[in-house]
Amino acid sequence: MPGLDGVPTTDVAQTKKEFSSDQEVRWCPGCGDYAVLAAVQGFLPDLGLARENIVFISGIGCAARFPYYMNTYGLHSIHGRAPAIATGLAASRPDLSVWVVTGDGDALSIGGNHLMHALRRNVNMTILLFNNRIYGLTKGQYSPTSEQGKITKSTPMGSLDAPFNPISLALGAEATFVARTIDSDRAHLTSVLHAAAAHRGTSLVEIYQNCNIFNDGAFEILKNRDTREEVLIRLEHGEPVRFGANAEHGIRRNPNTAGLEVCGGDDPAVVVHDAQAPDPSRAFALSRLADPGTLARTPIGIFRQVERPTYGDLMNDQVDQAVATQGPGDLAGLLHGGDTWTVE
Amino acid sequence: MQLTGDRFTAETASFGNDLSTLPNFPAEIRAPAGTLPGVSSFQLHFADHDILTPGDAPDVLVAMNPAALKANLADLPKGATIIADTAEFTSRALKKVGYTSNPLEDGSLASYKVHAVDLTGMTMKALEPFGLSRKEASRSKNMFALGLLSWMYGRSIDGTVTFLQSKFATKAAIRDANISAVKAGWNYGETTEDFAVSYQIKPAPTPPGTYRNITGNTALSYGLVAASRQSSLPLFLGSYPITPASDILHEMSKHKKFGVRTFQAEDEIAGVGAALGASFGGSLGVTTTSGPGVALKSETVGLAVALELPLIIVDVQRGGPSTGLPTKTEQADLLQAMFGRNSEAPTPIVAPASPADCFEMALEAARIAVTYRTPVFLLSDGYLANGSEPWAIPDVETLPTIDPGFATEPNHHSDDSAEFWPYLRDPQTLARPWAIPGTAGLEHRVGGLEKADGTGNVSYDPTNHDYMVRTRQAKVDGVDVPDLEVDDPTGDARLLVLGWGSTYGPIGAGVRRARRAGHSVAQAHLRYLNPLPANTGEILHRYERVLLPEMNLGQLAMLLRARYLIDIIGYNQVRGLPFKAEELADIIMKEDDQL
Repeated sequence: MPGLDGVPTTDVAQTKKEFSSDQEVRWCPGCGDYAVLAAVQGFLPDLGLARENIVFISGIGCAARFPYYMNTYGLHSIHGRAPAIATGLAASRPDLSVWVVTGDGDALSIGGNHLMHALRRNVNMTILLFNNRIYGLTKGQYSPTSEQGKITKSTPMGSLDAPFNPISLALGAEATFVARTIDSDRAHLTSVLHAAAAHRGTSLVEIYQNCNIFNDGAFEILKNRDTREEVLIRLEHGEPVRFGANAEHGIRRNPNTAGLEVCGGDDPAVVVHDAQAPDPSRAFALSRLADPGTLARTPIGIFRQVERPTYGDLMNDQVDQAVATQGPGDLAGLLHGGDTWTVE
Repeated sequence: MQLTGDRFTAETASFGNDLSTLPNFPAEIRAPAGTLPGVSSFQLHFADHDILTPGDAPDVLVAMNPAALKANLADLPKGATIIADTAEFTSRALKKVGYTSNPLEDGSLASYKVHAVDLTGMTMKALEPFGLSRKEASRSKNMFALGLLSWMYGRSIDGTVTFLQSKFATKAAIRDANISAVKAGWNYGETTEDFAVSYQIKPAPTPPGTYRNITGNTALSYGLVAASRQSSLPLFLGSYPITPASDILHEMSKHKKFGVRTFQAEDEIAGVGAALGASFGGSLGVTTTSGPGVALKSETVGLAVALELPLIIVDVQRGGPSTGLPTKTEQADLLQAMFGRNSEAPTPIVAPASPADCFEMALEAARIAVTYRTPVFLLSDGYLANGSEPWAIPDVETLPTIDPGFATEPNHHSDDSAEFWPYLRDPQTLARPWAIPGTAGLEHRVGGLEKADGTGNVSYDPTNHDYMVRTRQAKVDGVDVPDLEVDDPTGDARLLVLGWGSTYGPIGAGVRRARRAGHSVAQAHLRYLNPLPANTGEILHRYERVLLPEMNLGQLAMLLRARYLIDIIGYNQVRGLPFKAEELADIIMKEDDQL
């Protein structure tokens, strides 16, 4: 897997338990974070990596407690800055598998700048963005992904801000791997995590995660058996984009706009999903399908997965190249550079 | 003008004079030429003896236009030499800066030795064969002036010719024009009778060794490279461009063959964040900035205090508050470095005393950061950063080594298990173990939440928090720093003049003047500001009066008063420029007279 090239592996079989730290998990009972934690702890043994070469870095928020529960190296940092801190670590240590755990407030409010630039640089790390569309740790204010008009403690008459679409944002920031999944769909979550880990570069995985205390049921329409098939669009690379219980709906290009629109499942114009298309326009159009208010027509899966040199690889290449062409650094030579004179 | 100054400095250094420089330029990149705010100057002081400052009152002023004359005339003593380019003293240029008549002709400069020379015209004449445009040719007039000055002071122009050959290697016409201009200026000095006197300044007597001229920013950069080598830690510099610190980023980015990684971040916060992330991974993490950048980095420095990881924060101080005076000097970030974080977040602070001292203090910052697992502030300033002086290049084999002492094994053993406790401290230094990712068996989590002593697990226990706050403070208080040295040659001084940072030169020069005038005065200079040297209180109490000049409103004085209950006398100026030796000598003698 290119994303893990250079990271030491082990032949010894690993278990989920080995990836669980001895710390008591303290999220609210029923929180969607538990499902994600279990999925990550359950899937990491499949990668066969030396556990000591895995690092989880987080910012601030409920999700940011994640590293404490992983029996790997971990760093719980400050609000919004995890991508910046992870950049320094990943760029200087290509032998590590670096994971960032963040939330919608952490990544998109206070840390928006760092997220954007990490994606642009394509630092080799995987960012898990827990999106519950609410501020949980500070007890229930609206977040940058909350739907407009949201009634919360800080917005008793409804929130005024238009929400961010994290997928659109990531694509606009030149991201090379962008995916969305849902906390309760273990199989889908795991398959997306696999692909994200395998990708060399910054992988952004938006995880719809339920906050059962302050925003319960925010994604219910995507989870409920009775409603989900009508609204959820599962993206598979190389497959036509269809949805509905019997694939009776499809997505095709709107000939009058640059965007996409719903059509019949048997429409010959139904588009075939190409996550590896060099041009991100189609992926962007897919990211715009969902209605931010009702979540109708919500695609999940991998929107984009393309190859581009990573920041760390380029940085380390320059170091290697400097040594190869100039020889290793000679401190005495450096200090004596320029005009010198000797006093006898 | 800065290039001309640099070259004359290099010639002077090669000749063996002691020297000190003060480049002074506007913040604007292309400030309007010919206006007072647009004046860019370069002051150089050189002598046949050990000198400490760029000088208060230049003996020679080269004024390339009326604005330069007007901006600098007040600093010139009567009898000083003025060389002015007559071509630029047009009625329009004179009017622009408020001259109603031409000072070169109206007798107002009668008390100076004025050489009104058509520098532009002669340069153009000399360059006629090269077919350059008028604009291109007139740019070489600085080189003509450099040639003239070089003749006046008997400096060789060979080094400058070599320099121009390499700088303009791909632009033959510009190269040849500039070389011709330097030579024409030299020949003009030798030929014309206007400059009948030339000055001979003998080389200064200096201890044996190999020397070079060096600026503070370059010395600091070399110190960081040396620290990386001496600690065997790859250096990671996370930085965001800011005056006057950017040159450190530029310099460091040239040294990739030393394993140096430089990261130009999206902002100051990301710069220090990436450096801290690299430190977590076992690099020597460094961030370089100026005061406004430190303000942005404060939260991350606080995290580094909690994580107890090595980190070096270089603050090249400039005038403030806010954007302030970006290209001018000040030392008003001391309290920001000391206290500018939430809660109790102590950090060691070191401050070099001169441009060359930046090398040693960068090594010291690294030693303290790595040994004690702590962020360390290095407070330079604009004067040190851009100023230069001769530096006796150290033998690299004699540089101290820094042992990162990474943890490699579990450190806590019970009956049935061996564990790694990330906050089980070294009893001597109180430093915690540094186990870097990739070390099997030592997987652990750290973070900004308060940690339980020993295990490092999240803890909200009141007693533990009190203990951890006090322990972090005790660790910093216990950092090993050398004693403060006092220069009190007669042993009977009653006045101690204390300083820190870049005031070392001006204070030293002021003290020398006072001594020559018959005063017994002691001088001491703090290069370690947190913790203070153990003997600081004893030394301060030894003298009847302590005078402390600072380029702020009394920040170190406040700390020392609080700590040692001594009524320190402050002498404070925040003009964006270093102190002048003469004014300090006056204030020193005045204070001494009162005792």
